Amino acid sequence: MTGVHVSTSINGDPVEYVCPADESLLDVLRDRVGLTGVKEGCGTGDCGACSITLDGALVCACLVLGAEAEGRKVTTIEGMGDGEKLHPLQRQFIDNAALQCGVCTPGFLIAAKSLLDENPDPTVEEIRYALAGNLCRCTGYDKIVRAVQAAAKDLRRQKK
Amino acid sequence: MRYESPKTTKEAVTLLSKEKGKTFVLAGGTDLLVKLRMDMIEPDLMIDIKRIPAMNEINKTATGFKIGAAVSGRQLGASKALAKAWPGVVEATNLIGSDQIQGRCTMVGNLCNASPAADSVPAMIAAGAKAVVVGKAKRRAVAVENIVTGPGQTSLAKGEIIEAITLPKRPAKSGDAYLRFIPRTEMDIAVVGVAVSLTCKRGVIDSARVSLGAVAPTPLLVKEAAAAIIGTKLDKEALENLAAACSAACNPIDDKRGTVEYRVRVAGVLAKRAANIAFERAGGKK
Repeated sequence: MTGVHVSTSINGDPVEYVCPADESLLDVLRDRVGLTGVKEGCGTGDCGACSITLDGALVCACLVLGAEAEGRKVTTIEGMGDGEKLHPLQRQFIDNAALQCGVCTPGFLIAAKSLLDENPDPTVEEIRYALAGNLCRCTGYDKIVRAVQAAAKDLRRQKK
Repeated sequence: MRYESPKTTKEAVTLLSKEKGKTFVLAGGTDLLVKLRMDMIEPDLMIDIKRIPAMNEINKTATGFKIGAAVSGRQLGASKALAKAWPGVVEATNLIGSDQIQGRCTMVGNLCNASPAADSVPAMIAAGAKAVVVGKAKRRAVAVENIVTGPGQTSLAKGEIIEAITLPKRPAKSGDAYLRFIPRTEMDIAVVGVAVSLTCKRGVIDSARVSLGAVAPTPLLVKEAAAAIIGTKLDKEALENLAAACSAACNPIDDKRGTVEYRVRVAGVLAKRAANIAFERAGGKK
């Protein structure tokens, strides 16, 4: 197996790694870069636990090769808050108890942020469709939807 | 496995034709990387086409639209001009998977994966789309209905790659639509998919193409179904004839998603609904 040398940007920082050509970006992020906020659920693009953005597009890190990140911009959950200060979505997930075991949470937060970046005032239906690629087996989704609505409101207020 | 990311189609074709081992083309990877992970494939070479500029573009041309093979569902959905001219094609592609999948999946990947239930393929067939197939010696335009030859099988020869999909220029009073049936509200594989594209003249359907998915080993172009509505104002009788022609064309399997009887019947029902949407989009009035 030939190693591929990759220079990329992760959460705004330049990062270099060498990985086998068939290794997923998910495995690279977790095992080589040490960003374990990105979770492995299904490994087949169904559950969204490994959601990240790649050049601004929401994707599943399990369905991207580590080699593909060359020269791209990757963002993960670790880049969401501002130091100790949580992002409004993170704050509202806690305040609304929108998580129990927490494995799906980073993926939900990344997908929800991707939605709110494009649509600052989504309806409940729009939120549910946008988060259809993220599975949660604990909450029953209602609290997650409420947390996203509340965070959307916070973000709109911040912008004013 | 080796990973290559060529900068031109020519370079990609050279890599494809030279490699003696198992070679796979990586576009969005939403099918390919799942197969890699499940050990269903053991590639010697994977060729990533996303670094080829021409494959990342949607262009309006003199003859219609040209959509690069690496254009994602998300990019497709963001093109207002395309959504206006070919709403059915865009909707069908945007039905594939979640937002995460839309960030990666491509029409050409959907086509070359050659699943009988691929959502974008019936819409492309109804639209009269052509695949720009590039090989070492020549490039050729192949009607999309002639690409898939069976489940997981295509008519592409070794060393050939699809560079883009072309959609024809849209005459006035035209409309297309794609509907699929799934037991859930989203994120599922079609039990039946139906695409209808039509053009009206003086309020009457002048030309039409109808395509079915998930009801045979390959997506189908159903000429009898188109004939049933051409020359009509999509009245009740025309719709019943359309449904009957669609049901008659089905050659489905029984599986966990639906029985043969169910698929045959639903193909007719969905065809009527899709035709009504396409007719309305074409400005047709009953």
